[in-house]
Amino acid sequence: MKIKIGAFLGGLLFGVGLAIAGMTQPAKIVGFFDFSGSWDPSLAFVMGGAILVYTPVYRWAMRSWQRPIWAPTFLLPTRKDIDWRLISGSAIFGIGWGLAGYCPGPAFTSVGAGSKEALTFGLAMLLGVGAYQLFIRLREGRTGTRTDEHAAAMIDG
Amino acid sequence: MNAMESFTPFASTLGGILIGAAAAGLLLFHGRIAGISGIAGGIFRRESGDVSWRVMFLVGLFSAGLAWSYFFPQDYAFDISRSTPVLIVAGLAVGMGTQLGSGCTSGHGVCGIGRLSKRSTVATISFMITAAITVFIVNEVLGGSI
Repeated sequence: MKIKIGAFLGGLLFGVGLAIAGMTQPAKIVGFFDFSGSWDPSLAFVMGGAILVYTPVYRWAMRSWQRPIWAPTFLLPTRKDIDWRLISGSAIFGIGWGLAGYCPGPAFTSVGAGSKEALTFGLAMLLGVGAYQLFIRLREGRTGTRTDEHAAAMIDG
Repeated sequence: MNAMESFTPFASTLGGILIGAAAAGLLLFHGRIAGISGIAGGIFRRESGDVSWRVMFLVGLFSAGLAWSYFFPQDYAFDISRSTPVLIVAGLAVGMGTQLGSGCTSGHGVCGIGRLSKRSTVATISFMITAAITVFIVNEVLGGSI
């Protein structure tokens, strides 16, 4: 129960952060990539602020913590290899991000805010996520093993 | 709207700090990476005991939008010109791309770079480049309205 409440509060804080940061406004995302027009560097400040907090906490936890407070172990990415799925999948994501100005976090929270555009985008996004996961499950079902694709699909974040 | 006029260094840094704090909290309490696409994708895997926290995190995100928009509806303005088919194509690309590429802006761009992960750094460079090319084509070739 406390994990569920904690996760809810985590999502709540994350969503408020996105709104304050301006990241729920697709014009600011498109503006960040609009080098030929009037550039809006805000996105870099959002990522910078987040990394500035996250990195020291992560390093401290890895150095001094045996385990997280509510779970037996840290479940963190272990892969180090750069493969074509990582690069091409990210490239496809970038195209969608540039087209609509939404990445997954802002899309979910903007659906909550009642945005029709976010709802259209978000339903298609969930369809894409679900279709990919179903495809991987079917492949696993056929081979009877967990494929490395499946493991890779979730391991970075 | 002139984008440079809307540049918000202080609000964006503050929002980033809150995002980083939320991600740090998920790490310290639950030992997980706060990647939204990874959290969402895991729901479809339906592994026992690993679904409800994911759903609750997304409900938290949704609730933040619901509550915040009551006071600040302008924070959710969709001030670019995109047709429904474009939004659908974009959503499918983000959905499938993030699963194939194992993450999005939060998982790779914040948590991954924050962990100094080479994979996440490469992924972030990859999606930043294609997003920039896409925006260039949309704005400069297609006139900004698609």
